Amino acid sequence: MDRDATADVNAPHSMGTTIIGVTYNGGVILGADSRTSTGLYVANRASDKITQLTDNVYICRSGSAADSQIVSDYVRYFLHQHTIQLGQPATVKVAANLVRLLSYNNKNMLQTGIIVGGWDKYEGGKIYGIPLGGTILEQPFAIGGSGSSYLYGFFDQAWKEGMTKDEAEQLVVKAVSLAIARDGASGGVVRTVTINSEGVTRNFYPGDQLPLWHEEVEAHNSLLDILNASSPEPMST
Amino acid sequence: MSSIGTGYDLSVTTFSPDGRVFQIEYAAKAVDNSGTVVGIKCKDGIVIGVEKLIASKMMLPGSNRRIHSVHRHSGMGVAGLAADGRQIVARAKSEAHNYESTYGEPIPIKELADRVASYVHLCTLYWWLRPFGSGVILGGYDRDGPQLYMVEPSGVSYRYFGAAIGKGRQAAKTEIEKLKLSEMTCRQGVIEVAKIIYGVHDEAKDKTFELEMSWVCDESNRQHQKVPEALLEEAKAAAKAALEEMDAD
Repeated sequence: MDRDATADVNAPHSMGTTIIGVTYNGGVILGADSRTSTGLYVANRASDKITQLTDNVYICRSGSAADSQIVSDYVRYFLHQHTIQLGQPATVKVAANLVRLLSYNNKNMLQTGIIVGGWDKYEGGKIYGIPLGGTILEQPFAIGGSGSSYLYGFFDQAWKEGMTKDEAEQLVVKAVSLAIARDGASGGVVRTVTINSEGVTRNFYPGDQLPLWHEEVEAHNSLLDILNASSPEPMST
Repeated sequence: MSSIGTGYDLSVTTFSPDGRVFQIEYAAKAVDNSGTVVGIKCKDGIVIGVEKLIASKMMLPGSNRRIHSVHRHSGMGVAGLAADGRQIVARAKSEAHNYESTYGEPIPIKELADRVASYVHLCTLYWWLRPFGSGVILGGYDRDGPQLYMVEPSGVSYRYFGAAIGKGRQAAKTEIEKLKLSEMTCRQGVIEVAKIIYGVHDEAKDKTFELEMSWVCDESNRQHQKVPEALLEEAKAAAKAALEEMDAD
Protein backbone atom coordinates (compact mmCIF):
# COMPACT_ATOMS: atom_id res chain seq x y z
CA MET A 1 0.00 0.00 0.00
CA ASP A 2 2.85 2.41 0.87
CA ARG A 3 4.60 1.77 -2.43
CA ASP A 4 1.35 2.56 -4.31
CA ALA A 5 1.01 5.89 -2.53
CA THR A 6 4.52 7.12 -3.46
CA ALA A 7 4.15 5.90 -7.06
CA ASP A 8 1.03 8.06 -7.39
CA VAL A 9 2.74 11.22 -6.18
CA ASN A 10 5.46 11.01 -8.83
CA ALA A 11 3.16 10.15 -11.75
CA PRO A 12 2.52 12.85 -14.38
CA HIS A 13 -0.15 15.30 -13.32
CA SER A 14 -3.31 14.95 -15.32
CA MET A 15 -6.42 16.98 -14.92
CA GLY A 16 -9.29 14.47 -14.87
CA THR A 17 -11.50 17.47 -15.30
CA THR A 18 -14.81 18.74 -16.35
CA ILE A 19 -14.63 21.84 -18.57
CA ILE A 20 -17.49 23.74 -20.22
CA GLY A 21 -17.89 26.79 -22.46
CA VAL A 22 -21.29 28.23 -23.41
CA THR A 23 -22.36 31.26 -25.44
CA TYR A 24 -25.24 33.40 -24.25
CA ASN A 25 -26.95 36.52 -25.52
CA GLY A 26 -24.05 38.99 -25.29
CA GLY A 27 -20.99 36.89 -24.42
CA VAL A 28 -19.62 33.59 -23.17
CA ILE A 29 -19.28 31.75 -19.87
CA LEU A 30 -16.42 29.31 -19.23
CA GLY A 31 -16.69 26.86 -16.34
CA ALA A 32 -14.46 24.17 -14.80
CA ASP A 33 -13.92 21.99 -11.74
CA SER A 34 -10.69 22.29 -9.73
CA ARG A 35 -9.25 18.80 -9.29
CA THR A 36 -5.74 17.95 -10.53
CA SER A 37 -4.98 14.26 -9.96
CA THR A 38 -1.87 12.13 -10.25
CA GLY A 39 -3.32 8.63 -10.38
CA LEU A 40 -5.47 8.32 -7.25
CA TYR A 41 -3.81 11.20 -5.40
CA VAL A 42 -5.35 14.64 -5.71
CA ALA A 43 -2.30 16.83 -6.29
CA ASN A 44 -4.27 20.09 -6.24
CA ARG A 45 -7.89 20.29 -5.05
CA ALA A 46 -8.28 23.99 -5.85
CA SER A 47 -6.58 24.44 -9.20
CA ASP A 48 -7.58 27.11 -11.70
CA LYS A 49 -8.15 25.47 -15.06
CA ILE A 50 -9.44 28.64 -16.72
CA THR A 51 -6.42 30.51 -18.02
CA GLN A 52 -6.16 33.98 -19.50
CA LEU A 53 -4.65 34.47 -22.98
CA THR A 54 -5.58 38.12 -23.58
CA ASP A 55 -7.91 40.70 -22.00
CA ASN A 56 -10.80 39.27 -23.96
CA VAL A 57 -9.89 35.58 -24.56
CA TYR A 58 -9.66 32.78 -21.96
CA ILE A 59 -9.22 29.02 -22.28
CA CYS A 60 -10.30 25.94 -20.31
CA ARG A 61 -7.56 23.33 -20.08
CA SER A 62 -7.96 19.54 -19.80
CA GLY A 63 -5.74 16.46 -20.17
CA SER A 64 -2.09 16.69 -19.26
CA ALA A 65 -1.52 19.71 -17.01
CA ALA A 66 2.00 20.30 -18.32
CA ASP A 67 0.99 20.07 -21.98
CA SER A 68 -1.97 22.40 -21.62
CA GLN A 69 0.11 24.93 -19.67
CA ILE A 70 2.88 25.01 -22.25
CA VAL A 71 0.40 25.39 -25.11
CA SER A 72 -1.34 28.26 -23.36
CA ASP A 73 2.02 29.96 -22.65
CA TYR A 74 3.03 29.79 -26.31
CA VAL A 75 -0.35 31.02 -27.57
CA ARG A 76 -0.34 33.89 -25.06
CA TYR A 77 3.06 34.94 -26.39
CA PHE A 78 2.01 34.73 -30.06
CA LEU A 79 -1.22 36.59 -29.36
CA HIS A 80 0.66 39.35 -27.56
CA GLN A 81 2.87 39.89 -30.59
CA HIS A 82 -0.11 39.71 -32.94
CA THR A 83 -1.95 42.36 -30.89
CA ILE A 84 1.06 44.70 -31.07
CA GLN A 85 1.36 44.17 -34.83
CA LEU A 86 -2.34 44.69 -35.52
CA GLY A 87 -2.76 47.58 -33.09
CA GLN A 88 -6.04 46.19 -31.74
CA PRO A 89 -7.20 43.23 -29.61
CA ALA A 90 -6.95 39.80 -31.23
CA THR A 91 -10.17 38.04 -32.19
CA VAL A 92 -11.30 34.81 -30.53
CA LYS A 93 -10.99 33.06 -33.90
CA VAL A 94 -7.31 33.93 -34.19
CA ALA A 95 -6.61 32.71 -30.64
CA ALA A 96 -8.40 29.44 -31.38
CA ASN A 97 -6.50 28.94 -34.62
CA LEU A 98 -3.15 29.44 -32.90
CA VAL A 99 -4.10 26.81 -30.29
CA ARG A 100 -5.20 24.51 -33.09
CA LEU A 101 -1.93 24.85 -35.01
CA LEU A 102 0.10 23.86 -31.94
CA SER A 103 -2.22 20.98 -31.05
CA TYR A 104 -2.32 19.60 -34.57
CA ASN A 105 1.33 19.96 -35.50
CA ASN A 106 2.48 18.38 -32.21
CA LYS A 107 -0.24 15.78 -31.92
CA ASN A 108 2.21 12.96 -31.34
CA MET A 109 3.66 14.61 -28.27
CA LEU A 110 0.71 16.43 -26.71
CA GLN A 111 -2.30 15.17 -24.82
CA THR A 112 -4.55 18.14 -24.19
CA GLY A 113 -8.14 19.14 -24.93
CA ILE A 114 -8.82 22.87 -24.88
CA ILE A 115 -11.92 25.06 -25.01
CA VAL A 116 -11.27 28.63 -26.21
CA GLY A 117 -13.83 31.28 -25.31
CA GLY A 118 -13.97 35.06 -25.53
CA TRP A 119 -15.56 38.19 -26.89
CA ASP A 120 -14.46 40.49 -29.73
CA LYS A 121 -16.13 43.46 -31.39
CA TYR A 122 -16.59 41.75 -34.78
CA GLU A 123 -18.22 38.44 -33.87
CA GLY A 124 -19.32 38.97 -30.25
CA GLY A 125 -19.08 35.98 -27.87
CA LYS A 126 -17.63 32.81 -29.43
CA ILE A 127 -16.66 29.32 -28.20
CA TYR A 128 -14.21 27.04 -30.03
CA GLY A 129 -13.60 23.41 -29.05
CA ILE A 130 -10.14 21.97 -29.80
CA PRO A 131 -10.05 18.31 -28.73
CA LEU A 132 -7.09 15.90 -28.70
CA GLY A 133 -6.07 15.60 -32.38
CA GLY A 134 -6.14 19.35 -33.10
CA THR A 135 -9.54 19.69 -34.79
CA ILE A 136 -11.06 23.12 -34.45
CA LEU A 137 -14.83 23.46 -34.21
CA GLU A 138 -16.83 26.59 -33.51
CA GLN A 139 -19.79 25.65 -31.32
CA PRO A 140 -22.62 27.40 -29.43
CA PHE A 141 -21.44 25.38 -26.40
CA ALA A 142 -18.58 22.93 -25.79
CA ILE A 143 -17.79 20.37 -23.10
CA GLY A 144 -14.56 18.51 -22.42
CA GLY A 145 -12.56 16.44 -19.96
CA SER A 146 -13.34 13.09 -18.39
CA GLY A 147 -16.42 14.47 -16.61
CA SER A 148 -18.00 15.63 -19.86
CA SER A 149 -19.09 12.05 -20.71
CA TYR A 150 -21.84 12.46 -18.13
CA LEU A 151 -23.05 15.76 -19.58
CA TYR A 152 -23.89 14.98 -23.20
CA GLY A 153 -27.43 13.91 -22.43
CA PHE A 154 -27.85 16.72 -19.90
CA PHE A 155 -26.96 19.41 -22.46
CA ASP A 156 -29.17 17.86 -25.11
CA GLN A 157 -32.06 18.50 -22.76
CA ALA A 158 -31.04 21.67 -20.93
CA TRP A 159 -29.27 23.77 -23.60
CA LYS A 160 -31.12 26.52 -25.44
CA GLU A 161 -30.05 29.32 -27.77
CA GLY A 162 -30.00 32.95 -26.57
CA MET A 163 -29.99 32.48 -22.78
CA THR A 164 -29.46 35.41 -20.45
CA LYS A 165 -26.21 35.74 -18.52
CA ASP A 166 -27.71 34.43 -15.27
CA GLU A 167 -29.45 31.50 -16.98
CA ALA A 168 -26.19 30.51 -18.64
CA GLU A 169 -24.18 30.83 -15.41
CA GLN A 170 -26.65 28.63 -13.52
CA LEU A 171 -26.55 26.07 -16.33
CA VAL A 172 -22.75 25.90 -16.22
CA VAL A 173 -22.57 25.56 -12.43
CA LYS A 174 -25.27 22.89 -12.42
CA ALA A 175 -23.54 20.95 -15.19
CA VAL A 176 -20.09 20.99 -13.56
CA SER A 177 -21.58 19.94 -10.22
CA LEU A 178 -23.44 17.02 -11.88
CA ALA A 179 -20.21 15.87 -13.49
CA ILE A 180 -18.29 16.19 -10.21
CA ALA A 181 -20.90 13.96 -8.56
CA ARG A 182 -20.33 11.12 -11.06
CA ASP A 183 -16.69 11.53 -12.21
CA GLY A 184 -14.03 10.57 -9.68
CA ALA A 185 -11.42 12.58 -11.55
CA SER A 186 -13.42 15.81 -11.19
CA GLY A 187 -14.06 17.60 -7.92
CA GLY A 188 -13.28 20.49 -5.62
CA VAL A 189 -14.85 23.85 -6.41
CA VAL A 190 -16.56 25.27 -9.50
CA ARG A 191 -14.91 28.27 -11.15
CA THR A 192 -16.60 30.34 -13.85
CA VAL A 193 -15.37 33.19 -16.04
CA THR A 194 -17.88 35.45 -17.84
CA ILE A 195 -16.62 37.44 -20.84
CA ASN A 196 -18.65 40.09 -22.67
CA SER A 197 -18.39 43.60 -24.10
CA GLU A 198 -18.09 45.06 -20.61
CA GLY A 199 -15.14 42.91 -19.58
CA VAL A 200 -14.37 39.79 -17.57
CA THR A 201 -15.90 38.53 -14.30
CA ARG A 202 -14.60 35.59 -12.26
CA ASN A 203 -16.89 33.62 -9.97
CA PHE A 204 -16.22 30.93 -7.37
CA TYR A 205 -18.59 28.33 -6.00
CA PRO A 206 -17.15 26.38 -3.04
CA GLY A 207 -17.73 22.61 -3.09
CA ASP A 208 -19.94 22.61 -0.03
CA GLN A 209 -22.27 25.19 -1.55
CA LEU A 210 -23.03 23.15 -4.65
CA PRO A 211 -26.43 21.42 -4.86
CA LEU A 212 -26.52 17.82 -3.64
CA TRP A 213 -27.66 15.22 -6.12
CA HIS A 214 -29.24 11.81 -5.37
CA GLU A 215 -27.49 9.77 -2.67
CA GLU A 216 -24.83 12.40 -2.09
CA VAL A 217 -23.90 12.99 1.54
CA GLU A 218 -23.84 16.41 3.15
CA ALA A 219 -20.42 18.00 3.60
CA HIS A 220 -19.04 17.62 7.11
CA ASN A 221 -17.70 20.70 8.83
CA SER A 222 -14.47 20.39 10.76
CA LEU A 223 -14.71 19.23 14.37
CA LEU A 224 -13.57 22.62 15.63
CA ASP A 225 -16.54 24.32 13.97
CA ILE A 226 -18.96 21.87 15.55
CA LEU A 227 -17.47 22.38 19.00
CA ASN A 228 -17.43 26.18 18.68
CA ALA A 229 -20.99 26.29 17.39
CA SER A 230 -22.55 24.43 20.34
CA SER A 231 -20.96 26.35 23.23
CA PRO A 232 -18.24 28.95 23.82
CA GLU A 233 -16.22 26.67 26.16
CA PRO A 234 -15.39 23.23 24.76
CA MET A 235 -15.13 21.54 28.15
CA SER A 236 -18.11 23.11 29.87
CA THR A 237 -21.21 21.17 30.81
CA MET B 1 12.61 69.30 -56.72
CA SER B 2 15.18 67.63 -58.93
CA SER B 3 18.89 68.06 -58.61
CA ILE B 4 21.91 66.08 -59.75
CA GLY B 5 23.32 64.02 -56.93
CA THR B 6 26.79 63.79 -58.37
CA GLY B 7 28.84 61.42 -56.31
CA TYR B 8 26.12 60.67 -53.76
CA ASP B 9 23.81 58.79 -56.07
CA LEU B 10 25.81 55.72 -56.94
CA SER B 11 24.48 53.47 -54.18
CA VAL B 12 21.28 53.15 -52.23
CA THR B 13 23.35 52.97 -49.06
CA THR B 14 24.73 56.49 -49.50
CA PHE B 15 23.14 59.62 -48.04
CA SER B 16 23.72 63.00 -49.66
CA PRO B 17 24.89 65.90 -47.48
CA ASP B 18 21.34 67.24 -47.35
CA GLY B 19 19.98 63.93 -46.11
CA ARG B 20 18.56 62.43 -49.29
CA VAL B 21 18.99 58.97 -50.75
CA PHE B 22 19.14 59.68 -54.47
CA GLN B 23 18.76 56.10 -55.66
CA ILE B 24 15.31 55.97 -54.07
CA GLU B 25 14.37 59.25 -55.71
CA TYR B 26 15.52 57.94 -59.08
CA ALA B 27 13.42 54.81 -58.52
CA ALA B 28 10.42 57.08 -57.95
CA LYS B 29 11.10 58.68 -61.36
CA ALA B 30 10.42 55.31 -62.99
CA VAL B 31 6.97 55.43 -61.42
CA ASP B 32 6.42 59.06 -62.40
CA ASN B 33 7.02 58.29 -66.06
CA SER B 34 4.55 55.43 -66.29
CA GLY B 35 0.86 55.41 -67.17
CA THR B 36 -1.46 56.93 -64.55
CA VAL B 37 -3.02 54.73 -61.86
CA VAL B 38 -5.97 56.13 -59.91
CA GLY B 39 -7.70 54.72 -56.81
CA ILE B 40 -10.70 56.09 -54.89
CA LYS B 41 -12.60 54.99 -51.80
CA CYS B 42 -16.35 55.38 -52.20
CA LYS B 43 -18.87 54.86 -49.45
CA ASP B 44 -19.47 51.21 -50.34
CA GLY B 45 -16.08 50.13 -51.74
CA ILE B 46 -12.92 50.87 -53.75
CA VAL B 47 -12.42 51.58 -57.45
CA ILE B 48 -9.00 51.31 -59.15
CA GLY B 49 -8.36 52.51 -62.70
CA VAL B 50 -5.23 52.36 -64.91
CA GLU B 51 -4.22 54.25 -68.04
CA LYS B 52 -2.48 51.37 -69.80
CA LEU B 53 -0.28 52.90 -72.51
CA ILE B 54 -0.14 50.51 -75.47
CA ALA B 55 3.40 50.06 -76.75
CA SER B 56 2.50 48.25 -79.94
CA LYS B 57 -0.60 47.73 -82.11
CA MET B 58 0.23 44.04 -82.24
CA MET B 59 -0.66 43.53 -78.57
CA LEU B 60 -3.84 41.69 -77.71
CA PRO B 61 -6.35 43.92 -75.92
CA GLY B 62 -6.63 42.81 -72.33
CA SER B 63 -3.07 41.54 -72.12
CA ASN B 64 -0.35 42.98 -69.89
CA ARG B 65 -2.75 43.51 -67.02
CA ARG B 66 -1.76 46.25 -64.62
CA ILE B 67 -4.35 45.44 -61.94
CA HIS B 68 -3.96 42.18 -60.02
CA SER B 69 -6.03 40.44 -57.36
CA VAL B 70 -4.03 39.85 -54.22
CA HIS B 71 -6.68 37.96 -52.29
CA ARG B 72 -10.43 37.44 -52.51
CA HIS B 73 -11.00 40.78 -50.83
CA SER B 74 -8.21 42.95 -52.26
CA GLY B 75 -6.42 44.06 -55.41
CA MET B 76 -3.45 46.13 -56.53
CA GLY B 77 -2.92 48.57 -59.40
CA VAL B 78 0.75 48.78 -60.41
CA ALA B 79 2.73 51.68 -61.90
CA GLY B 80 6.35 51.79 -63.02
CA LEU B 81 8.54 48.90 -64.12
CA ALA B 82 6.20 46.00 -64.92
CA ALA B 83 8.51 43.23 -63.81
CA ASP B 84 9.20 44.92 -60.47
CA GLY B 85 5.47 45.34 -59.99
CA ARG B 86 4.87 41.66 -60.65
CA GLN B 87 7.27 40.81 -57.84
CA ILE B 88 5.46 43.09 -55.39
CA VAL B 89 2.14 41.48 -56.29
CA ALA B 90 3.63 38.00 -55.84
CA ARG B 91 4.90 38.94 -52.39
CA ALA B 92 1.54 40.41 -51.41
CA LYS B 93 -0.25 37.22 -52.50
CA SER B 94 2.19 35.16 -50.49
CA GLU B 95 1.77 37.31 -47.36
CA ALA B 96 -2.02 37.14 -47.62
CA HIS B 97 -1.95 33.37 -48.02
CA ASN B 98 0.43 32.80 -45.11
CA TYR B 99 -1.56 35.06 -42.81
CA GLU B 100 -4.75 33.16 -43.49
CA SER B 101 -3.04 29.78 -43.02
CA THR B 102 -1.70 30.82 -39.63
CA TYR B 103 -4.47 32.94 -38.17
CA GLY B 104 -7.52 31.41 -39.83
CA GLU B 105 -8.99 34.69 -41.08
CA PRO B 106 -8.41 36.87 -44.20
CA ILE B 107 -5.54 39.32 -43.75
CA PRO B 108 -6.73 42.77 -42.65
CA ILE B 109 -5.98 45.32 -45.39
CA LYS B 110 -3.95 47.49 -43.02
CA GLU B 111 -1.73 44.54 -42.15
CA LEU B 112 -1.32 43.64 -45.83
CA ALA B 113 -0.30 47.21 -46.66
CA ASP B 114 2.21 47.20 -43.77
CA ARG B 115 3.77 43.97 -45.00
CA VAL B 116 4.04 45.12 -48.62
CA ALA B 117 5.54 48.41 -47.48
CA SER B 118 8.07 46.59 -45.25
CA TYR B 119 9.11 44.41 -48.18
CA VAL B 120 9.52 47.37 -50.54
CA HIS B 121 11.48 49.23 -47.85
CA LEU B 122 13.68 46.21 -47.25
CA CYS B 123 15.02 46.52 -50.75
CA THR B 124 16.25 50.05 -50.04
CA LEU B 125 18.53 48.99 -47.18
CA TYR B 126 21.23 46.90 -48.83
CA TRP B 127 23.83 47.83 -51.43
CA TRP B 128 23.42 44.47 -53.15
CA LEU B 129 19.69 45.03 -53.78
CA ARG B 130 18.12 47.76 -55.83
CA PRO B 131 14.91 49.59 -54.91
CA PHE B 132 11.71 48.58 -56.67
CA GLY B 133 11.00 50.78 -59.69
CA SER B 134 7.27 50.56 -59.12
CA GLY B 135 4.59 51.89 -56.81
CA VAL B 136 1.24 50.28 -56.08
CA ILE B 137 -2.24 51.37 -55.12
CA LEU B 138 -3.76 48.69 -52.90
CA GLY B 139 -7.49 48.57 -52.35
CA GLY B 140 -9.47 46.11 -50.28
CA TYR B 141 -12.63 45.48 -48.26
CA ASP B 142 -12.30 43.76 -44.87
CA ARG B 143 -14.27 43.64 -41.63
CA ASP B 144 -13.36 47.29 -40.95
CA GLY B 145 -14.82 48.42 -44.26
CA PRO B 146 -13.24 49.49 -47.57
CA GLN B 147 -9.69 50.84 -47.37
CA LEU B 148 -7.21 52.31 -49.87
CA TYR B 149 -3.43 52.38 -49.42
CA MET B 150 -0.57 53.52 -51.60
CA VAL B 151 2.97 52.11 -51.38
CA GLU B 152 5.84 54.07 -52.95
CA PRO B 153 9.30 52.79 -53.95
CA SER B 154 10.76 54.29 -50.78
CA GLY B 155 8.60 51.95 -48.72
CA VAL B 156 6.25 54.57 -47.28
CA SER B 157 2.64 53.60 -47.14
CA TYR B 158 -0.29 55.82 -46.30
CA ARG B 159 -4.01 55.33 -46.23
CA TYR B 160 -6.01 57.49 -48.64
CA PHE B 161 -9.50 58.49 -49.73
CA GLY B 162 -8.15 59.05 -53.21
CA ALA B 163 -4.70 58.46 -54.69
CA ALA B 164 -2.94 58.73 -58.04
CA ILE B 165 0.53 57.82 -59.33
CA GLY B 166 2.20 58.05 -62.74
CA LYS B 167 2.35 60.66 -65.46
CA GLY B 168 -0.97 62.37 -64.89
CA ARG B 169 -1.04 62.21 -61.13
CA GLN B 170 -1.12 65.96 -60.44
CA ALA B 171 -4.09 66.56 -62.72
CA ALA B 172 -5.76 63.39 -61.46
CA LYS B 173 -5.40 64.40 -57.81
CA THR B 174 -6.96 67.80 -58.59
CA GLU B 175 -9.93 66.05 -60.17
CA ILE B 176 -10.28 63.57 -57.31
CA GLU B 177 -10.36 66.38 -54.77
CA LYS B 178 -13.42 67.80 -56.52
CA LEU B 179 -15.39 64.61 -55.98
CA LYS B 180 -17.66 64.04 -52.98
CA LEU B 181 -16.39 60.53 -52.29
CA SER B 182 -18.26 59.86 -49.06
CA GLU B 183 -21.59 60.22 -50.85
CA MET B 184 -20.65 58.29 -53.97
CA THR B 185 -21.35 54.62 -54.65
CA CYS B 186 -18.83 52.51 -56.56
CA ARG B 187 -21.12 52.43 -59.57
CA GLN B 188 -20.84 56.22 -59.80
CA GLY B 189 -17.16 56.02 -58.85
CA VAL B 190 -16.36 53.86 -61.87
CA ILE B 191 -17.74 56.53 -64.18
CA GLU B 192 -15.77 59.26 -62.42
CA VAL B 193 -12.48 57.33 -62.52
CA ALA B 194 -12.93 56.70 -66.26
CA LYS B 195 -13.52 60.42 -66.81
CA ILE B 196 -10.41 61.30 -64.83
CA ILE B 197 -8.18 58.89 -66.73
CA TYR B 198 -9.45 59.97 -70.12
CA GLY B 199 -9.03 63.54 -68.94
CA VAL B 200 -5.38 63.28 -67.89
CA HIS B 201 -4.30 61.27 -70.90
CA ASP B 202 -2.12 63.42 -73.12
CA GLU B 203 -3.04 62.71 -76.76
CA ALA B 204 -0.12 64.67 -78.11
CA LYS B 205 2.70 63.17 -76.11
CA ASP B 206 1.54 59.59 -75.56
CA LYS B 207 0.43 56.72 -77.67
CA THR B 208 -3.05 55.28 -77.45
CA PHE B 209 -4.11 53.70 -74.22
CA GLU B 210 -6.45 51.05 -72.88
CA LEU B 211 -8.56 51.67 -69.80
CA GLU B 212 -8.36 48.92 -67.17
CA MET B 213 -10.60 49.09 -64.11
CA SER B 214 -11.44 46.96 -61.11
CA TRP B 215 -13.49 47.29 -57.94
CA VAL B 216 -14.21 45.76 -54.51
CA CYS B 217 -17.59 46.79 -53.19
CA ASP B 218 -20.89 45.63 -51.74
CA GLU B 219 -22.18 45.09 -55.27
CA SER B 220 -19.31 42.74 -56.08
CA ASN B 221 -19.99 40.89 -52.83
CA ARG B 222 -16.82 42.31 -51.32
CA GLN B 223 -14.72 40.36 -53.84
CA HIS B 224 -12.06 42.04 -55.95
CA GLN B 225 -12.97 41.72 -59.62
CA LYS B 226 -12.76 43.45 -63.00
CA VAL B 227 -15.51 46.03 -63.46
CA PRO B 228 -18.32 44.24 -65.39
CA GLU B 229 -18.14 44.72 -69.16
CA ALA B 230 -21.42 46.62 -69.46
CA LEU B 231 -20.49 49.15 -66.77
CA LEU B 232 -17.00 49.55 -68.23
CA GLU B 233 -18.44 50.43 -71.65
CA GLU B 234 -20.86 52.87 -70.04
CA ALA B 235 -17.94 54.49 -68.21
CA LYS B 236 -15.83 54.77 -71.37
CA ALA B 237 -18.73 56.33 -73.25
CA ALA B 238 -19.36 58.85 -70.49
CA ALA B 239 -15.67 59.72 -70.36
CA LYS B 240 -15.43 60.28 -74.09
CA ALA B 241 -18.57 62.43 -73.98
CA ALA B 242 -17.11 64.51 -71.16
CA LEU B 243 -13.93 65.06 -73.18
CA GLU B 244 -15.86 66.27 -76.21
CA GLU B 245 -17.78 68.66 -74.03
CA MET B 246 -14.54 70.10 -72.79
CA ASP B 247 -13.13 70.37 -76.31
CA ALA B 248 -16.33 72.02 -77.53
CA ASP B 249 -15.75 74.84 -74.99
